[in-house]
Amino acid sequence: MEVGSKKEKKMGFEETELRLGLPGNTGGSEGEVARKRGFSQTDTTTTVDLKLNLSSKEATAAGMNLNEKANTLQKEKNLLATDPAKPPAKAQVVGWPPVRSFRKNILAVQKGSSEESEKASGNAAFVKVSVDGAPYLRKVDLKMYQSYQELSDALGKMFSSFTIGTCGSQGMKDFMNESKLMDLLHSSDYVPTYEDKDGDWMLVGDVPWEMFVDSCKRVRIMKGTEAIGLAPRAMEKCKNRS
Amino acid sequence: MDFSLPTEPMNHKRKNPDPSPDSDESTTQLSSPFPDEVLERVLSLLNSRKDRNSVSLVCKDWYDAERWSRTHVFIGNCYSVSPEILTRRFPNIRSVTLKGKPRFSDFDLVPPKWGAYVHSWLLVFATKYHFLEELRLKRMTVSDENLKLLALSFPNFKALSLLSCDGFSTDGLASITTHCKNLTELDIQENDIDDKSGKWLSCFPENFMSLEVLNFANLNSDVNFEALERLVSRCKSLKVLKVNENMTLEQLHRLLVLAPHLRELGTGSLLQELTPRQHSELKSAFNNCKNLNMLSGFYEVTSIFLPVLYPACTSLTFLNLSYAALRSDELSNLLVHCPLLQRLWVLDSVEDEGLEAVGSNCPLLEELRVFPASDPFEDEILHGVTEAGFLAVSYGCKKLHYVLYFCRQMTNAAVATIVQNCPDFTHFRLCIMNPRQPDYQTNEPMDEAFGAVVKTCTKLRRLAVSGLLTDLTFEYIGKYANNLETLSVAFAGSSDRGMECVLKGCPKLRKLEIRDCPFGNAALLSSFRKYESMRSLWMSGCKVTMDGCRLLAQEMPRLNVEVIRECGNDGFQADKLYVYRSVAGPRKDAPSFVLTL
Repeated sequence: MEVGSKKEKKMGFEETELRLGLPGNTGGSEGEVARKRGFSQTDTTTTVDLKLNLSSKEATAAGMNLNEKANTLQKEKNLLATDPAKPPAKAQVVGWPPVRSFRKNILAVQKGSSEESEKASGNAAFVKVSVDGAPYLRKVDLKMYQSYQELSDALGKMFSSFTIGTCGSQGMKDFMNESKLMDLLHSSDYVPTYEDKDGDWMLVGDVPWEMFVDSCKRVRIMKGTEAIGLAPRAMEKCKNRS
Repeated sequence: MDFSLPTEPMNHKRKNPDPSPDSDESTTQLSSPFPDEVLERVLSLLNSRKDRNSVSLVCKDWYDAERWSRTHVFIGNCYSVSPEILTRRFPNIRSVTLKGKPRFSDFDLVPPKWGAYVHSWLLVFATKYHFLEELRLKRMTVSDENLKLLALSFPNFKALSLLSCDGFSTDGLASITTHCKNLTELDIQENDIDDKSGKWLSCFPENFMSLEVLNFANLNSDVNFEALERLVSRCKSLKVLKVNENMTLEQLHRLLVLAPHLRELGTGSLLQELTPRQHSELKSAFNNCKNLNMLSGFYEVTSIFLPVLYPACTSLTFLNLSYAALRSDELSNLLVHCPLLQRLWVLDSVEDEGLEAVGSNCPLLEELRVFPASDPFEDEILHGVTEAGFLAVSYGCKKLHYVLYFCRQMTNAAVATIVQNCPDFTHFRLCIMNPRQPDYQTNEPMDEAFGAVVKTCTKLRRLAVSGLLTDLTFEYIGKYANNLETLSVAFAGSSDRGMECVLKGCPKLRKLEIRDCPFGNAALLSSFRKYESMRSLWMSGCKVTMDGCRLLAQEMPRLNVEVIRECGNDGFQADKLYVYRSVAGPRKDAPSFVLTL
């Protein structure tokens, strides 16, 4: 296992590169849909500039104080520019959505306590599943499934209004076939990826099912065109294994 | 008609010493034919602020009669008038409502120590309004010393309400409960309070029994339950009791048994396991609450608990579930028992299906608020509502006139249908949570949605817009929203023209709050006289500059033009602008980061 290569900065950079110049928001949800459809950038680019935390110097004066708060917020939430599933821009808009901070705090506490109780249950392996373009996430217990096929069927049902593409029919192991993988990645179909314990983003189907269940922290079903950066490493790992 | 003089002490009324043309005999036909006492008696029956303001403009006699007979005063912006001016005009005030900071301070857009101190008001009230009975403060800064002064200065003090205030601790509350022997109302809601302990509750004297309203739902420290129990059993007129989330179901049960006459109840946290006996006891206690018309609280509620409430739900008109992340089925099962519901607050965890249940079960619904259950900027489970939920409610609830709706997607067509179903909206507050998001089906801006709202809902008084919006939205608003009083705008508009349209139209506009829009000096200065007919203007994250603000201040000396400067600011842009009319002149208590131009 090439542990070293997992930590390559290159991947992180590619991830941010995919997001440069995208107005409004993030890779996570309906914002992306908006982006692709000719959504135009406005002049008040406070959200754009703040998003990457790379162009903080270019932020307009109007956005400066937001930027400072944004930096603090970002540190607090431990957001990484290299983490593709977290929407960095959204976290940085102060006071939005306009919900009284009092109300926000109460719910955060409640959620915290309910999540803790779930983790304590031990026999479940809950992971969050997000689909690019879907307005919601789901939480699934991986231990309820015995194979990638079962998981992809279940996910297909949960996100049925979105095209999941071929990962539903042929199972995710097809991704090991390089030409198929390349086809898929260059199409606009969806590709399931996951974050493993080391914080790296991998293609689903890479490892045996049980190993996947143990190491998977969250799942993100991305658009094929966005998963390109992941493919070479997944291929490399497979080649090395066989 | 009862001509007897009022029995409570009243400042000795004197005739106006200055002879004025109005009281001259030759103009008798213009001034009031009634003696002053009669006029005052009649006017004292007027409660509406607007009516009283109209009355005071008729002639000097009426102005005088009105000012002597007014007992309640509402001040929407504490800096628009001074306590001296207020007490000079209205000598007999018993009840004051004061609002302080701009509304966007609720969303952390106003730095701390900005102002709105109640201190100077209390000092003057202590000498001029000795018989003050009620004080209601919203977004004001209140200290423990202030609360102590309040408790000691007004022997008849009855009602204190603090909403979204800051600067005090539970020690201040203890002053109130210790000294206010005639207290009927203590309502402490959503304040930034230093919650040191629950001892304040134990400070009510053992012979104290006048309490009618007690709301400490947002305080976290434990109170002494036995003290609360004794208090509740003594206060036979208790109508409103909202406890904090530390109250257990057992304790709730004991309180309900003591106070079955409650009209409004706020529960604690409802997570505990109940034995079957406890379950049926609690259900029976709720069954005995025949007057209950409002329920709130519900911190962390489980499905098992909800049926306990069903007997109490039949007379419910207001259900506040905005702290309970209910699922659609849980809400649905509950609403079946709430046919008389007029106001409903929920979290979007109920999803569109839950809102369908609202549409099916609550034909009398007038107000709906749907809050986001999770912070959409965190990578958490996102339940949510869409246009489908709002549509479903509009089909079933024809009387709907107040909506606050946080959603993840919306379409122009849905909004158009919604307002066709419910044309009587007075308050339409739509928050599509992703800034600048277009109609998700057509990818067009949401202009037509808000166009439909303002064209159809002629009674509209309050509007909050969101989504991708061009200047067209504001053209519509300026042209059609003739009754609009409050407008909230964020991440919207294409150019100065948008704001110009609103300022040129909207004849009844009183409050305009704008953030992160491309409106600059041209827009700000386009109708600067309008600001004198408004309570206030807030603009943050826009394109106005210091020069533009200075120009405004120059043109309109009776406006206070304030810029909040934050560190990192270059001195050219005006980050946060707050403009308001005032008869009190510029603030004397402004902190260093607030520049009055």
